[in-house]
Amino acid sequence: MSTDPSRPEEGGTPHGDPDALYRDGRRLDHAEAASTALRPTPEKQPRGAIVRGGRPIDQAEAAERFIAAPEHERMHDARLWDLRQKRDREMHGIEEWEELRALASGIKEHTLTHLDEYLEQFEARARANGIEVHWARDAAEHNHIVHAILRDHGAKSLIKSKSMLTEECGMRHYMASVGIEVTETDLGERIQQLDDEDPSHVVVPAVHKLRTDVAEVFANTLGTDPNNSDVHYLAESQRGATRPLILEADAGMTGCNFAVAETGSVVVCTNEGNADLSANVPKLHIASIGIEKLIPRLEHLAVFVRLLSRSALGSPITQYTSHFRGPRQGGEMHFVLVDNGRSARLGMEEFWTSLKCIRCGACMNTCPVYRRSGGLSYGATYSGPIGIIIDPTFNAHKYSRLPFASTLNGSCTNVCPVKINIHEQIYAWRRELVKRHEVPFVKKAAMKAAAELLAHPTAYRAAVNVTNAALEHLPRFVIYNGLNAWGKQREVPHPPKETFYSWYQANRGGKP
Amino acid sequence: MSSREEILAAIRANRPKLERPLPAVPHFDAAAPSSLLAMFKESLTRMGGQFLDPPASGDPLAPVRERVAAARIVCSTVPELAGNRDIGAVGSPQDLADVDLAIVRASFGVAETGSVLLSDRDLKLNAVGYLAQHLIVLLDPAHLVFNLHQAYQRSEFRERHYACFHTGPSATADIEGVLIHGAQGVRSLAVLPIAGKAAGGRPP
Amino acid sequence: MKVGLFIPCYIDAFFPGVGIATLELLERFGCEVVYPREQTCCGQPMANSGFNAECAATEALFVRNFTGFDYVVAPSGSCVHHVRDNFDAIEQTDAVRAVRSRTYELVEFLHDIVKPRAFPWARFPHRVGLHNSCGTLRRLRHAKASELREPFFSKPLDLLSKVEGIEFVTPARPDECCGFGGTFSVFEEAVSAKMGYDKVSDHAGAGAEYIVSSDTSCLMHQQGCAERIGLPIKFIHIAQILNGASA
Repeated sequence: MSTDPSRPEEGGTPHGDPDALYRDGRRLDHAEAASTALRPTPEKQPRGAIVRGGRPIDQAEAAERFIAAPEHERMHDARLWDLRQKRDREMHGIEEWEELRALASGIKEHTLTHLDEYLEQFEARARANGIEVHWARDAAEHNHIVHAILRDHGAKSLIKSKSMLTEECGMRHYMASVGIEVTETDLGERIQQLDDEDPSHVVVPAVHKLRTDVAEVFANTLGTDPNNSDVHYLAESQRGATRPLILEADAGMTGCNFAVAETGSVVVCTNEGNADLSANVPKLHIASIGIEKLIPRLEHLAVFVRLLSRSALGSPITQYTSHFRGPRQGGEMHFVLVDNGRSARLGMEEFWTSLKCIRCGACMNTCPVYRRSGGLSYGATYSGPIGIIIDPTFNAHKYSRLPFASTLNGSCTNVCPVKINIHEQIYAWRRELVKRHEVPFVKKAAMKAAAELLAHPTAYRAAVNVTNAALEHLPRFVIYNGLNAWGKQREVPHPPKETFYSWYQANRGGKP
Repeated sequence: MSSREEILAAIRANRPKLERPLPAVPHFDAAAPSSLLAMFKESLTRMGGQFLDPPASGDPLAPVRERVAAARIVCSTVPELAGNRDIGAVGSPQDLADVDLAIVRASFGVAETGSVLLSDRDLKLNAVGYLAQHLIVLLDPAHLVFNLHQAYQRSEFRERHYACFHTGPSATADIEGVLIHGAQGVRSLAVLPIAGKAAGGRPP
Repeated sequence: MKVGLFIPCYIDAFFPGVGIATLELLERFGCEVVYPREQTCCGQPMANSGFNAECAATEALFVRNFTGFDYVVAPSGSCVHHVRDNFDAIEQTDAVRAVRSRTYELVEFLHDIVKPRAFPWARFPHRVGLHNSCGTLRRLRHAKASELREPFFSKPLDLLSKVEGIEFVTPARPDECCGFGGTFSVFEEAVSAKMGYDKVSDHAGAGAEYIVSSDTSCLMHQQGCAERIGLPIKFIHIAQILNGASA
C-alpha cells in the first residue's frame, strides 16, 4: 500500500479510505469535506473453520460466520447456483444425458473392481512410451518422490496446474520446508496460495472471495493497486506476474483428471491452458495421479469429457483438454501413482463407490448447505457433499461432525455424473460414526432417552397428552436440545388446543 | 515389499467381489447434422473463439493478413503463411515468450464442442500454442468429426506424445464469475477453414 | 380398504388438523380408517442421526401396531421414506416386510391407489406455492426433480389441480431444500434458518399467499422463519386443501 509521506497528494492510506487526501498522517476535511469515509469499506472475508489439532471440526460455527458476512454469502450462493443452472441447461441439450451418467458409473465401477489390472496395464504402456512411473503409498511418500525427482534434476522451482491430490498431500507446505519454490498457475489456486489459504472448491478455488478480497491479496503480494478491484486488471496483473515464473521454472507439475490404461496417457482438463504451460515450458514434467483416476480405454474418455465440464461449469468442454502420452524431445516425464487411503476405501462396502468421483464439483454447486457455508467451513481438502463422505476415511475423529452438515436432501446424488449415492453414504456415515463412538456423549445420551420414550406408548402418551407440556417436552425429545436453538431465528409452533390423539378419543373414541 | 507391490496387494485384497461388467459405449452419432462446419462454427463462437469465414472469392487467408502484418513477432508452423520467427530454429520454449501471433494447423476439429486438436506434430514445439499472445488455427473442413465419441477413434491419441483439444482461447472466471480471456494462455483463438494436408491421423 | 393411520409425533402434538384432514379425506374415499392407539413414532429421528440400533424397540412397536392392514398411510413423506427404505434395526421377518411395503405417504396413496377423479367438496381460490419436501421428491419420487433429465410429472400437482379456484405460482428455486433436515435445524441452526428465510422469501417473491406441502416438518420450519421475519405468507398441508379447508 502506498503510504509514502513524500507523496501526500496521492491516495492510498492504511486506513482504508482511497478517496481522502492525507497530509502528515492527518485526513484533510476542510471545505465541507466529510470527517470520515462515507463510502462503506469492503466486507471483510470470513475465514474458514477453526482447526484445533485433530479435534472435530466445527463446521456449523464456521458456517455461521460465513452467513454473518452477507455480501460474501450472497455472492457465493448466487455464483454457484448459477453454475448449477448452467449445468441443467447443458443437461437438457443432451438427449442421452442419463445414459451417459449410467455409462460413466458403469465404467468406473468396472475399473475399480479390476483396478490392479488396469494400473499394471497403465504402467506398462506409460513405461513403453518413455515415462518413468513411481508409486506412492501415502502423502508423505508422494512428497518425497516428487522432491527426489526435483533434486535429481537440480530443480529449485516448480510451476504447477491445479491438483486436488497435491492439496491432499500437503505438497506445497512440504516443498516450502525443503526450499523448493512452488508457483500455482491456476488463477484461483494462485490467489489462495498468495493468501496462504486452502482452496475452497475443487474447480473454482477462490469462489468464496469477493474481488475486493483478491485486490487486497494482490496488493499485499504482487504490489497491485489496493483500490483497484476491477477483475480484468487483477487477472492481467496475475498473468504478468506469473509469466516470468513459468518461463524460469526448473520443472512443471500437473494433476490428472483421467488416466487411460490402454494408452498409458494422462488427461488434464483446464480452462486456462496452465497445465499445458506447466508441462511444455520446463523440460521436466511430473504428473500426480490418484489411483482411482484410471479408465480402461480411449473410447471411455468421450463419456467422461462430455460429462465433466457440463457438470462442473455448464460448459460443453473445458478450453483445454490435454492428453500426455510421452515426453517431448529433450524432455522428461514422470508419473506418480498415489494411494493415500484409496485402496483401503476400496474395501469399504458402503463407501467404495465414492472412488468413482471425477472431481467435477457439481455436488458442491447444488448443495444448499455448501453454498451458504463456503467450502472452507469444512476444514478439509475436500468439502461439500463429496467431502463429507470421503473426509472421514482420512480422519474419522476430526471430520466426525461433517456428515451432520447435511439435510440429506439428495440433490447431490442427482447431479453426480458418475451416480455416486452421496446422500445415502452421508446417512451411512452417521451410523458408522455412532458405532465408532465418534458422536458427542450428550447427543448419545439424549438419543437413548428418546428411544426409550418412543418404545413405550404409555410413557410417550404421558409426555404428549398435556398440551402445554407437549410444547416443552416434545421438542426436547424430537430436537432434544430444547427450544433454545430452534427459537434463535424462528418462531416456535403454536400449541393447538388439543392433540390429534385427544381429538380422536373425543370424536371417534368408541372405535378400537 | 515395494510400494508398488504393497498398493497392488491392498487393491487385490480389498476390491469388491461384485459383478461389474464393462459397458459398451455407443457413438451417439445418429443425429449428426448435415453441416458439421456450421455446427463447429456455432460451438466455437460460444466458447469465445472466432471463426473467420473465408471471403466469397480469392484469398482464403485474407481475414488474417492484416493482423499478421501488424504483429511484431509471428511464428508460423504452416506453409500457407510465413512468419518472422522460424520455429525450426527455436532452441527452447523460452525463446517463444515474445511471440505475438502463432499460426498452426489442426489435425482435426470436433463440431459438438468447437474444438480443434493440436498435436506435437502440428505445434512443432508444443509451448508455441500457449506462449503466443494470439493463436490462428487453420482447419481443413474435411477433417471435422461430429462428436467426441468419433474424435477418440482417431489415431492421434495412440500415436502422438502430446495432443490437446483447444476450444476457444485461454479463459477463467475464478474471480466472482467474471469471464477473462487470456488467463495464462492465448488471449484469442481464430479458426480459418482452409483445406490442406492434415498432419496425420485417419478419419473415422 | 382397511387403512392403518399413522400420525407422526409432531403432527399429533402441533398440527392435529393435518391428522384430522387426513382421516376425513381417506374416509371420504371409502376407506375404513383405524388409528392404532398405541402408536408412537417410526424411529426416524434416531435413525437420521445415525443411532440405528436404538430404533429397534420403536420399530418393533410400529410393526405391532400396523400389522394386519391393507395399507398404512401417513401424512409425512420423511416418515414413510424411513419405513420403506431404511427401517432395518429389527429382524426383517415377513411381518416386518409386509408392513414396510404397505406403508404409503398420503399423496402417493391418493394418486397411485385411490386415483380420485375430483374433489368436489374442495375449493381454494388462492395463489399457492407448492413445496415438495426433499424426502417426498427425491426418495419417494413424488415429482420430477429438477436435476434429472426425465419427463415432467408431479403427483401433488395432479391432485391439487383438481381443486377449484387454486392458482399456482412458482418460486425461482422450486426444489431447493428449505433447510429443516431434522436435527440439522438445531445443530446447523444458522444455515437452517438462512435456507428457511431464502425459501419463504422466494415463494413470497413469486406471489404466493400460501405454501402447501405434504410434509408438516418443512411447513413448521418455514412458518417459524416467515413469522420471525414478518412475511405474511400462510402455510397449509395438502390434506387440508384436498379435504375442503377454506383459507
